Amino acid sequence: MQTANLLPLVLVLAVVAYGLAFMRSRAVAAPLGGIRNLKALPFYYAARAALWCAIPALIVLAAWAGFEGKVIQGIVIASLPQDVWPESPGQASLVLSQISNVAAGKLNPEFVPDHIAGAAGLLENLRAQSGTFKTILVLLIAALGAAFAWTRVAPHINARESVERTLRRIFFVCAAVAVLTTVGIVFSVIFETVRFFGKVPITEFLFGTSWSPQTALRADQVGAEGAFGIIPLFTGTLLISAIALLVAVPIGLLSAIYLSEYASKRVRSTVKPLLEMLAGVPTVVYGFFAALTVAPFIRDLAELVGLEASSQSALAAGLVMGIMIIPFVSSLSDDVINAVPQTLRDGSLALGATQSETMKNVIFPAALPGIIGGILLAASRAIGETMIVVMAAGLAANLTVNPLDSVTTVTVQIATLLVGDQEFDSAKTLSAFALGMMLFIVTLLLNVVALKIVRKYREQYD
Amino acid sequence: MTDQRSQAELVRQSLKRRYRKERRFRLYGIVAISIALASLFILFADIIGKGHSGFVKTTITLDVTLDSEIMYLDDPTDKDQISMADFVAPIVAALQDHFPDAEGRAARRELGRLVGSYAASDIRDLIEANPDLLNTTQTIEFLAHDTVSVYVKHADDPGYSIRLSEQQQMWVDELLEKGVINTSFNDVLFSRGDSREPGNAGILGAIVGSLFTMLVTLAISFPVGIAAAVYLEEFAPQNRLTDFIEVNINNLAAVPSIIFGLLGLAVFIGLFGMPRSVPVVGGLVLALMTLPTIIISSRAAIKSVPPSIREAAEGIGASKMQVVLHHVVPLAMPGMLTGSIIGMAQALGETAPLLLIGMVAFIVDVPDGFFSSATVLPVQIYLWASSSEQGFVELASAGIMVLLAFMISMNALAIWLRKRLERRW
Repeated sequence: MQTANLLPLVLVLAVVAYGLAFMRSRAVAAPLGGIRNLKALPFYYAARAALWCAIPALIVLAAWAGFEGKVIQGIVIASLPQDVWPESPGQASLVLSQISNVAAGKLNPEFVPDHIAGAAGLLENLRAQSGTFKTILVLLIAALGAAFAWTRVAPHINARESVERTLRRIFFVCAAVAVLTTVGIVFSVIFETVRFFGKVPITEFLFGTSWSPQTALRADQVGAEGAFGIIPLFTGTLLISAIALLVAVPIGLLSAIYLSEYASKRVRSTVKPLLEMLAGVPTVVYGFFAALTVAPFIRDLAELVGLEASSQSALAAGLVMGIMIIPFVSSLSDDVINAVPQTLRDGSLALGATQSETMKNVIFPAALPGIIGGILLAASRAIGETMIVVMAAGLAANLTVNPLDSVTTVTVQIATLLVGDQEFDSAKTLSAFALGMMLFIVTLLLNVVALKIVRKYREQYD
Repeated sequence: MTDQRSQAELVRQSLKRRYRKERRFRLYGIVAISIALASLFILFADIIGKGHSGFVKTTITLDVTLDSEIMYLDDPTDKDQISMADFVAPIVAALQDHFPDAEGRAARRELGRLVGSYAASDIRDLIEANPDLLNTTQTIEFLAHDTVSVYVKHADDPGYSIRLSEQQQMWVDELLEKGVINTSFNDVLFSRGDSREPGNAGILGAIVGSLFTMLVTLAISFPVGIAAAVYLEEFAPQNRLTDFIEVNINNLAAVPSIIFGLLGLAVFIGLFGMPRSVPVVGGLVLALMTLPTIIISSRAAIKSVPPSIREAAEGIGASKMQVVLHHVVPLAMPGMLTGSIIGMAQALGETAPLLLIGMVAFIVDVPDGFFSSATVLPVQIYLWASSSEQGFVELASAGIMVLLAFMISMNALAIWLRKRLERRW
């Protein structure tokens, strides 16, 4: 049976177990003179039965579903005659996809070699067997769990405590998912990155000034080894992020100052949500806007004043990205400006300073650390942003600081290297993971520093 | 004394300058806000301006005689004959009825290019379904060819290039006048999947794909997020591990979304061998991505439940878990729901991580389950926006309008929920 069908079935079984245990606990209580003679309410006996029924079965189901594919693939590959064993993982995945296409009926078995057709039969067989075993095992475990809980419906057992303990553990596991995600991210990039540095030396990666990750289809092809120098990508990323911050920081900061110090309540309550709408617009929409409206506009404008602009310019991507992070800067600055104690403000105004002088000489210096933290967070946003640059910044890895040129960024390269089918062991594919690791480290550092600054600043005034 | 007066004089003299500065500073603020709001306005205006024509389709209605002779088809139940038959000929013949002087192969070919390339298969499907229709005359509405569609909709727009010959343009003008070529609401957009031809492409496949993906995301991130928030707020002991979890959640909230794509590629597809481009994997990746948002907003909601509620419940003998499940969580639910809806809206608009797990394939069929290849709305927009065919730009903008409509309604729902259910203590 399919995992998708087994899952609801297990849940139905859990409900049945709940109902049975509920009735059982009432039956047990009846001769004693009512449920008040039980250690726990019937609900808890029933809930415990449901948990015992569902949790072990779901764990087994998840484990089986997670590793089923891999194990079956391994068996199928191993079953091939020795002389056609695939030499590399890339070849293996090619053979596997052929086999599964035959098994799925997309490819006529008469057109493939005999061993492939045989393997397809085996694959189908194994899948059917695995499905049967999985169904039997999961249902058995569910039944056993429920049966065990059934025997433990007794007046002297406190079911409430065990249910609450279990729930608390489940809650903990849910909280730990965040840690697991981080661990997953680190491991998923680290292994491939290490393999990448086995093929390309780390110094070449960090200090190389040319990026062209073509790898050869044949070993003797001209220009067979690609160049994996990250410098052009870094300058491209920094150029676009710098343009974005040049747009977003003044606009965001001045908007925040105006809204928190000058605007009437009514203006504030209409303008703030409108500004936040900018943050809610999906990035693909900004990408569309940048690529199809802003970039041609900038090119035409540059031509008008006699400059040469590429149709995919860093300026277009940067400007639009700047618009995107305006609300980010403004809401963070708004928070820190409002956190400055009113006493500072009143003191300055009482000395005769105008509102703008108070702002510039008293509040702004006091809020500066928090504002810098906010800008760092915005910068990490800009560096990690993908869709705008994928659609508007282009692919050419030019080492330039001319904003009218086309540049490429780290995120663009990750996306383009990994879109579509790829062989898992080529330097080209692996380099995307190395870039991902760089990106992760840089944004993580920026965030940690920014959060630390913001927190420290908050403590100062709390 | 004179000294003091001159000081006062100095201040008074400088006042003008200082007030000017004050006004200028205030003006800067207004300018900044105006720029931000103008960008928002331009963005929306641009998309509506580009996309409104995506909701219009161009059709040609013809009286087609399904003549067995010109189609070389005697027996529509015979599969071989069907595959050999010429279904374009009756369409060209029908068009020739309008233009009797269009003779010769070149003219016939140009006439045939007025209808979309799916017109022939429309006729084939019709005849296959009803063999009795052979040798009868039927009034059939065809989708116009994309070049015709562009000419009809954008003849005056310099952004579009017209790829019709002058002869064809004259024909189209005449057919427009006769009412043979019509424009109407583009129902194709909402009833089909992707296509190589703009006129025949729709977003239904992408919407259904988004729906499946969002269901997976919701089913995982909502319960897990709330449970995690409850644990951290109510049960977590003050220790290193708890601190570590908290730091992790805060950092995850700021990790670039494309990194989650790498995670999905390496773990779900690489390690667990899950298939590419399916909603389950997309949903899992987006769930991990939205989890921090949901946890953070749920924690804020739990925090806002006053301690008196907890104390009252404890006072009448409730256990800690009962206090939480019977009182705190129900009272915090509006805030949790609001946060989750906002998180889901973010996930709905997310594109980058889905590119990496292969949800960018060209998929014609509307997905029919969690494990069938699918794409989602923002990815479909990306695919159309980067297509070189000019008809796809208006479709991409139309898709954006649909996506934004979804997101705005989700956010409106969140605001309504908050207003409706929120309690001030």
